[in-house]
Parts: sequence; C-alpha cells; structure tokens
Amino acid sequence: MEDDRLIIAGKAVTSRLITGSGKYSDDRLIKDILAAAECDIITVALRRVDLVKKGDSFLKYIPEGKTLLPNTSGARTADEAVRIARLAREAGCGSWVKIEVIKELKYLLPDNIETIRATEILAKEDFVVLPYMSPDLSVARRLVDAGASAVMPLGAPIGTNRGLRTLELIEIMVEEIDLPIIIDAGIGRPSHAAHAMEIGVDAILLNTAIATSKDPVKMAESFKYAVRAGRMAYLAGLGDESKKARPTSPLTGFLDT
Amino acid sequence: MSFAEVLLAQKTFPFEDLLFDVNAAKVESVLNKDKLSIEDLLVLLSDPAADYLEPMAQKAAAITRRHFGNVITLFTPLYISNYCTNRCTYCSFAHEHAINRKQLSFEEVEKEAIAISKTGIRHILVLTGEAPDKATFDYLRQSLSIIANHFSAIGIEVYPLTGGQYEELINAGYMDSLTIYQETYNEELYKTYHRGGPKENYFHRLETIERACRQRIRAVTIGALLGLDDLRREAFAVAHHALYLQKTFPDVEISLSFPRICPLVENFIPGVVVTDRQLVQLITAFRIMFPTLGITMTTRESARFRDNIMPLGITKVSAGVSTAVGGHIGKPSTTQFEIADHRSVSEMQRDLLANGFQPVMHDWNMKMSMC
Ligand code: SF4
Repeated sequence: MEDDRLIIAGKAVTSRLITGSGKYSDDRLIKDILAAAECDIITVALRRVDLVKKGDSFLKYIPEGKTLLPNTSGARTADEAVRIARLAREAGCGSWVKIEVIKELKYLLPDNIETIRATEILAKEDFVVLPYMSPDLSVARRLVDAGASAVMPLGAPIGTNRGLRTLELIEIMVEEIDLPIIIDAGIGRPSHAAHAMEIGVDAILLNTAIATSKDPVKMAESFKYAVRAGRMAYLAGLGDESKKARPTSPLTGFLDT
Repeated sequence: MSFAEVLLAQKTFPFEDLLFDVNAAKVESVLNKDKLSIEDLLVLLSDPAADYLEPMAQKAAAITRRHFGNVITLFTPLYISNYCTNRCTYCSFAHEHAINRKQLSFEEVEKEAIAISKTGIRHILVLTGEAPDKATFDYLRQSLSIIANHFSAIGIEVYPLTGGQYEELINAGYMDSLTIYQETYNEELYKTYHRGGPKENYFHRLETIERACRQRIRAVTIGALLGLDDLRREAFAVAHHALYLQKTFPDVEISLSFPRICPLVENFIPGVVVTDRQLVQLITAFRIMFPTLGITMTTRESARFRDNIMPLGITKVSAGVSTAVGGHIGKPSTTQFEIADHRSVSEMQRDLLANGFQPVMHDWNMKMSMC
C-alpha cells in the first residue's frame, strides 16, 4: 500500500479520502477531523469565504501542508464557476478547483454541459480542474478532452447519504476513463465508501456523512479505514472474484476431451 | 402558465373531505414516504397529525441536517423608509396612522450600513414601505448602490417593482434576492385586509416573484402572514407556489418564511390564532415535503422558540434587528411590528454555537455572479 499513490495532475496523494470543510457545527473541528481522516486534500466552499475579511474565515483552521481544493458551490453557470475559481486563486487558495455548477436546486444535480464549458476555460488557464458531474461516459470523455485532471461523478444526489445509486454508470467510467475517478456526493456510510473503492474508484470525497455524525472525528477515522480497506480489496482482486463464477466442473470442458 | 392560473385551478380543491378522511394510519404512511405530494402535506397538517409532532420533528431535523449541515446563515434587516400609501389593516406603517415617519438620507443610509456591517453581518435585507413618490425607484437604487459597498449579498423587501426595474438592480449588482409575502393567498380576504393604495391589487403582488425570477434573480423568499386566513389553506397555497417556482425557475433558490402576525396596531384582531404547536407542525411538514428549500425565521418569534425550532428546518435567521427606520444610528422612527427576540448579532452567534450550530455570516458574494 505504501507506494500505491494516487496521482492527480502529477501530484502524488497518499490519502484517497478527501473531505469537505462545510456543514460543521464548529469550524474548530476541522483540524481534528483532518487529523483523524489523514486527508491530504480538503475542499473549501469559496462562497463561505469573505474575501473582504478573509482572516475571519474557516481557512485559518486548515493546517499547513494540505492541498486546498476550493469548490465553486453556488455557481449556476460556467461563467460563475470560472469567476469563483479565479477569485479563489487571487485569494491565495491555489490553482486546484472543484467545478460544481448546479442550476437545478430541487435535487441539486450538476449541469454537465456548463461543467464541461467551465472545465475547458479553466484548464486553459492552468487550473487543476476536478469537475463534479452526473455520471455519464460521454460527458466524462468530454471532460478528459477539456483538460480535467480527474472526474468526480456523484454516487447519489448531494446530502442524501444514499450510497452508490449510480453504480452501473460508475463501473463503466472506471473501465473506460484513464483519469482518476473520485466519487463525490451520496456516500453516507463507511461501507458505501469501501464498496466504491472495491470497484476500482480512485478516491472518495465526502462531507455530509462526517459533518452530521454525532461524533464527526470518530466518523472521519472510520471512513479512513473503510477507504483503505476498499482499496486493498480492489488491489487484492476480490472485486473480480465475487463477480465471475468459477464452477468446479467447467461447462465447456467437453470441447477439450 | 402563471402561478395565478395554477392557484385558480385549485379553487375547488376539496379541503374538508381530505382532512375529514385523515386518520392515524394515513399520517404514519405519509411519514414513511420519501416524496410527499401536496395532499400528503395536508395530511401532516391535519388534527390527527398533531399527535405525531415528535416523529415529524425528528424526521424534519434529520432531513435538515443532511441537506444543510449544522449551519445557520445570519442576516439583518435595514429599514430605509417607512412612508407608505397602503392601508394594510395589520401594519403600523399604514397610511392612516399618524406615526413618526422617516426616510433616511443617503448619508444616513451609509451610516446605518456601516453600523450594521460593524456587527459582522454580511447579508442584508433592505426594506421600505410603499410610497413610490417618496421612496422612489431612483431613491431605492441609489440607496442600494451605497449599501452594496458594505455587504456581500443584498435582499430587498420593498414594494413590487417592474421586471425592468428588477433587471436594472440585479445587473448593477445592487441586489440579488427578493422577499415578498403574499400576506394572504385568499383573494377575497386579501381585499378586506388591504383597503387602499397600490397593494390592493392582489394579482399584481401575486405575480411579483415571477417577474423577478424572469430577470434571473438569484433567490426569492415567499410566505403568508400567519394569522389572516385558515392555516391549512395558506399552507396549501404556499406549497403550490413553491412547487410552481421550483418547476418554472429551477435555478432560483427558493426560501419560505412563516411570519406570525404580531401587530402594533390597536384594535387589530387577527383572523386566526396560530399556536406554537401549530407553527412547529407547519414548519416540520414543509421541511419534510421540501428537503432542499431554505426556511427563514424572523425575530417576530421569541429567543426560546427560535432556539428550539432551529434544528427542525431553519436555515436562515435575522439578528441584531430593529424594525425602525434609522434603528442602528439613533433617532429611530416608529417600529413596524413588535419583535420578540432582541439578541444582538454577537449574542446570536454565541447562542448558535452553544446550541451546536455554526453561524454563517457569509454564504455568497454578489461579485461571484457578475461578469
Ligand atoms: S405592510 Fe408594508 S405595504 Fe402594508 S402598510 Fe405596512 S409598510 Fe405599507
């Protein structure tokens, strides 16, 4: 496992668990959660950062050495997402950005078309672009062409905790897309995370399940183990074994005799 | 189709029959559903459902936590003028009342904005009465342009504007959200409560939210003033309004508010009394039906009530409130209605943290949507 690194845009990442920074009852929890989850990357909603009084924001609770992944939460169009990404870079949040464009506020599903457009623009401006998307192979391919550094399909709508409802579509993406695939949204339990990792997903991003647990720090730790266990299972090939039947007496053995 | 047409089509909805048929089993079956219809909402608002207030609250709290986490956004209202030509029978700013009228000068607008922004508030709601000759559109626009320098997001709760006027304000970056309560969705009753001035026109008000949504406003807050008409009928109309807006304008953020009437007007007797239990039933039922809608709670309610209802569905609260014009810089006017929660912004932040909520001061910056 030591050298099983996830590489995103040329950068080696040790932890395959990425957490968010929103929804906590108290921002001071962020540090303990990151420590318990052993995350390298943390997403931050730029909408929550007061650009006038940046010092007041939760950014001060994020320890040094973590890769910030500002997200464009709140953007309804590609243009807004682009603008937020640029503001994030100007504000010193680095060049990584998670594109989130949602113009359907009932189910909070991403708009894949605007997402492709924002990815194109920002990749040209040398951002490391990680787009959040509704799982769809053709869209994922377009995101690859547009210059994305990973793709982030949803497991289930945001905030539902319903797990891998989009399993079939994600399995297809795992098979066909060479970029890292990070499940974002829907993961409600450690077992969901382990399952996603078992099928070959590269990493998990989650926020709600940790933030809304009664003991967020302990929950962060349990997700760390679940993601690791799922990854180990994938590397060990267990996922494969459970799928293909291996009868003791082959049904086509007669052809050889 | 306009919302007025939708509402008209519901005029013959058999309320009594539906409510008469509700029993405990029906309430339980609705509570087990993932997706609710408007009929289901009425089941949760029925008398038999009142016995299920605790499970409703549990469900509503879980949904709220999942979708919004443990955070509450804070805002403060800023009253810039209380001149009004309307005659809303429940309002102390109504035209016929001999009250202390005031309209802030631009200098005072700036002072008031600075005073509020010093409390840490970044989201502001600007209010006026309806006196378009006095608080003209130009006055409003210029006031907003001053206020915009001090806040990251601005909502307005002023008299209905034209589509073009909303467009102008939105494009200039002077505001991005609108609050308009229909007061009562009951057309006949509306006429008895609104006896003069431009607000008399029920349909003009009803269509205001749609006018603003067509101009790509970012967020709207709708609601009925509780205490004018039968609670379930109002809830039914509000739910239809929310559904209509969600479907017609999927990219507009819709919030609900359930203000209970608390008039300062002598001799005004509310048409119905809405109890605390009923209000809790109403808010939890709406949260269960609309998991992703914002719900705002104003300082009309007491600190104790607000603190306790927050986990059940609330996403946004006001704090550090004065309903007087110039209330933050001395020499204030008469207040519009009585507030029950007098906590300052910092007291509200402290109490939210103590109750397990993170007070969010900044949830959007209008600069993020301007190109
Ligand atoms: S409710 Fe508004 S419109 Fe009616 S009298 Fe009061 S200030 Fe005027």
